Amino acid sequence: MTLLYPLQSLAAHPARLSPDYRSTVKRSPQKPLIPMRHTLSELTGPVYGHETVRAHDNDLTIQAKGEPLGERIIVHGHVLDEDGRGVPNTLVELWQANACGRYIHVVDQHPAPLDPNFTGAGRAQTDAQGYYKFTTIKPGAYPWGNHHNAWRPAHIHFSVFGHSFISRLVTQMYFPGDPLFPFDPIFNSVTDEKARARMISSFDLDNTKPEWALCYRFDIVLRGRNATPMETK
Amino acid sequence: MSNPRPDGITPSQTVGPYFKYGLTPNGEYEWNDAFTSNLLTPDTSGERIRVEGKVYDGDGAVIPDCMLEIWQADSQGRFSDPQDQRALPNSSFKGFGRCGTDKSGAYAFDTIKPGVVPDADGKPQAPHIVLAVFARGMLLHLYTRIYFDNEAGNANDSVLALVPADRRATLIAKKAGSGNAYTFDVHLQGDNETVFFDV
Repeated sequence: MTLLYPLQSLAAHPARLSPDYRSTVKRSPQKPLIPMRHTLSELTGPVYGHETVRAHDNDLTIQAKGEPLGERIIVHGHVLDEDGRGVPNTLVELWQANACGRYIHVVDQHPAPLDPNFTGAGRAQTDAQGYYKFTTIKPGAYPWGNHHNAWRPAHIHFSVFGHSFISRLVTQMYFPGDPLFPFDPIFNSVTDEKARARMISSFDLDNTKPEWALCYRFDIVLRGRNATPMETK
Repeated sequence: MSNPRPDGITPSQTVGPYFKYGLTPNGEYEWNDAFTSNLLTPDTSGERIRVEGKVYDGDGAVIPDCMLEIWQADSQGRFSDPQDQRALPNSSFKGFGRCGTDKSGAYAFDTIKPGVVPDADGKPQAPHIVLAVFARGMLLHLYTRIYFDNEAGNANDSVLALVPADRRATLIAKKAGSGNAYTFDVHLQGDNETVFFDV
């Protein structure tokens, strides 16, 4: 199977210079990017062994001696290519703040408690059909210094690989109905409303575990399209 | 089983300032590294090299919260990916590395000098490593290429040829002293802005 990576698909991404998110001003290139034809260097990508993901790496609630505080949730979904085909055996990495909106990173010193039973890092490999699943704690919103009274909507960071080095994606999963959406310059750096909506998980009652955990579904669509699409007539 | 065609890809968002404990813990957090900056295994064949440098923003300040990822062929020019279907000897070299910058904005990869890989027309490219750059303040990562000085193939490389001559030097790692180290700095902006590719 040969995959193509049309540049038009990149239109969904935010502009690198998005001045409302202040840090972009000095960290985005000012000279034009150079277009080039893809070679094998771009069209291939890393393959990881089973040693990369250990059993239980996808359950962030059992990594410590005790249980973390907060609302236990299941986050699952389908990693797809642009044709809607599942991306099997690909690595999905996740990191997030705890229920109080505090990261264990040493630079995060905002006055909310750390949870000794929650690290906030997880890892999974998609199955043969492209599905992944995590058990974690719903992260809290947190303040940041971008502008007066700036708060990030609750989110989970995702890092995904896909079929090639140029299908690589780092993104953030948001929760439905967050009142902070209109005020967040990172979320709104994606200017197309439909594209923004693809970063918001959906509440999944069917896969909610009674007496145990609510469930959210987050499908991730990566670059990659079949060079010879099947006739669908 | 087929799904409806999605109406577009999932947009990128910044890696943010707090990825270290999840992506590049490097012994500082209680989480294991999926990938490291050392691509070498005892049986890796080829010329062992170190590629090192610093990452700078538009003010010329170092970026201490940057993540770099590299992807490259082995010394025979083979990628460790079944999508590389050329008949080349198998190799244990994985070709992928990840490194977070330190307080001084510095990174280093221990790897091998890659072999020759064909371009889109099947002509040989000069040895190169593909580099992806992620950081807070970057809503979408950037791609560039690390070439090596003193490589005769650079003069005929079809990708380098696309780059204005006065900017090509930003893509060439310079041999640092007499050892096996090459220096490759990344400037996200400014007079020495690194050439990034629209791929």
